Amino acid sequence: MATETLTLGKALNVGLRKALENDPKVVIMGEDVGKLGGVFRITDGLQKDFGDQRVIDTPLAESGIIGTAVGLAIRGYRPVCEIQFDGFVYPAYDQIVSQVAKMHYRSRGKLNIPMVIRIPFGGGIGAVEHHSESPEAYFAHTAGLKVVSCANPQDAYVMIQQAIASDDPIVFLEPKRRYWEKGPVDLDAPLSGAYPLHSARVARAGTDATLLAYGPMVRTCLDAATAAAEDGRDLEVIDLRTLSPLDLGVVYESVRRTGRAVVVHEAPSNVGLGAEVAARITEECFYSLESPVLRVAGFDTPYPAARVEEEYLPDLDRVLDAVDRTFGW
Amino acid sequence: MAKGDPGGPTRGRRAAPRSRKATTGDPELVQLLTPEGERIESVTGPDGTEYRVDFTDEEYRGLYRDLVLVRKLDAEATALQRQGELGIWASLLGQEAAQVGSGRALRTQDMAFPTYREHGVLYCRGIDPIMPLGLFRGVDQGGWDPNEFKFNMYTIVIGAQTLHATGYAMGVAMDGKTGTDDGEAVIAYFGDGATSQGDVNEAFVWAGVFNSPLVFFCQNNQYAISEPLERQTRIPLYRRAAGFGFPGIRVDGNDVLATYAVTRHALDNARHGQGPSLIEAYTYRMGAHTTSDDPTRYRIASEVEAWQAKDPIARMKAFLDREKVADAGFFTEVDEQARREAVDLRERVLAMPNPEPGTMFDHVYPNGSPLLDEQRAQFSRYFESFEGSAH
Repeated sequence: MATETLTLGKALNVGLRKALENDPKVVIMGEDVGKLGGVFRITDGLQKDFGDQRVIDTPLAESGIIGTAVGLAIRGYRPVCEIQFDGFVYPAYDQIVSQVAKMHYRSRGKLNIPMVIRIPFGGGIGAVEHHSESPEAYFAHTAGLKVVSCANPQDAYVMIQQAIASDDPIVFLEPKRRYWEKGPVDLDAPLSGAYPLHSARVARAGTDATLLAYGPMVRTCLDAATAAAEDGRDLEVIDLRTLSPLDLGVVYESVRRTGRAVVVHEAPSNVGLGAEVAARITEECFYSLESPVLRVAGFDTPYPAARVEEEYLPDLDRVLDAVDRTFGW
Repeated sequence: MAKGDPGGPTRGRRAAPRSRKATTGDPELVQLLTPEGERIESVTGPDGTEYRVDFTDEEYRGLYRDLVLVRKLDAEATALQRQGELGIWASLLGQEAAQVGSGRALRTQDMAFPTYREHGVLYCRGIDPIMPLGLFRGVDQGGWDPNEFKFNMYTIVIGAQTLHATGYAMGVAMDGKTGTDDGEAVIAYFGDGATSQGDVNEAFVWAGVFNSPLVFFCQNNQYAISEPLERQTRIPLYRRAAGFGFPGIRVDGNDVLATYAVTRHALDNARHGQGPSLIEAYTYRMGAHTTSDDPTRYRIASEVEAWQAKDPIARMKAFLDREKVADAGFFTEVDEQARREAVDLRERVLAMPNPEPGTMFDHVYPNGSPLLDEQRAQFSRYFESFEGSAH
């Protein structure tokens, strides 16, 4: 078994390479994905090995990227589109929401749009404005789209391949600040036996409270759980992985045991994923709850200037503060 | 057509009498059949291309039949809306020649991306005219397989389909299906209003830099709902193409012969790997934008009357009659066929069943969704709880 230690970014790169190898209909398209290998180098070396018909440097227009990918999908291709940064996806919003999401439905199931829209998302890298946003709720709210996020190199490697192999249109959110974090990746793991794409997973077992996160905040929650253990609190951490549809069975099972739940994300709390998760937990686990479900999230401001982003972003202390509050109810 | 535009076609001017064998025409407006029904043998375009058609009498009659049928079915759909049987209808009245000419220019292997008004193109593709009526009746949202009919679903978001057409055309080139006589070409339909959309301009950029086998077919019907062309552009639309690096040409969109010639030429260029082009089919929306619109609020009757004199069907009929390509018996027979097909269409529209409410949960995702399964089950239990009660 070839298990290698890779960064999350490299794991995505290897996963994309596998997808290109396995299916001649897979094409990668986006701004700077060719010779440059993408601004984060996620497509590094792919154009060199697969040619400029498989890895396509596009004109600089996001609606054009998604709109032409729709046409390629109608033609039988499986486009993997890279949106360079979260804050640049909005020009493509109409094509994603009104076209990609609805084609299968409007055709009464006769047409599939097997497209993956990769978006590096979230903050914590000291970037200028429009480079640190968390737009997941816009897409999770849209029927016809599925939304997933990976949190570690192994999932990055497997989930990107699963997303490309899926006939559903999928928004694939990559935790950009975790691109350089390393972890073991089993490169021989067959997709067929892999953990299902649209399923949450316990990232750390615990008994006292349940932390729920996805993407970049999974690492934050695992760190919080490690710190809490030193104080004698045993926190369970669940990596939601799929944001639409949510997979909450494992969450309900956990909350029924722990009686406490804290949802953590970088996106603003107002009408965010945390609100939906909290509502669903309340509906399903009402008699098991020892406190309300709490949210630790970004504030309802525009994403702030980089020098204050550490205060904006949920961190270990804010997570543990919320855990404390669930015990003080 | 912007008022006072020096590059304008014959609108407002009386066309000079032309002999049937004339070999030159207005290079700003390709025309092979005058409003009076006189044939112009050929026209040389600005790039030296000679446009001509060489139809048999039977083919001329076939085009006339298409025009009449398409107008009659359209009128029937308008009537169905007025009687409450369709929720809305976007009439093509006045644009029959632009649609029949371009639709008949398509070869079997070509792919079309319509707006929501291309009923005439759909008809010329050999597709049952009932197909889009589910959308307008409100029983579905299209519901056909674009690849089965080589005709994409109607697109209501203005201009969005031009990018889909461009991507599809990129795929045609990637598949190696250009460069020969049996190569594939793609046509993207849109209107004058759509030329202001970002998506259309991005499609122009994309098609240009990827040299896609694509014809951008703009039906300039002079109005985007209420807004006249001068609210969309300062220059004739076909000239936009030059800035994107591919040819643009204007054709008399009320002339089925010229529209056919120009579109066939552009499609053949595309299929042979010579890249995209833009056709501006200069026409007029004789009716309302849709059945919900009231054009008397924004345009004067004399303008409509002036265009009435350029009617696409009347000029074809005058030509067939003058040249004795068709006789009174033929015209009567076509009218009778149109009447029969309209009655048939009406009966089938009335017979369209409403969908079962639970079907709204179908086909949201190819792979389904547990969330939807749950909502469907809840809805079903709720719905069934009313069975037998007078709710």
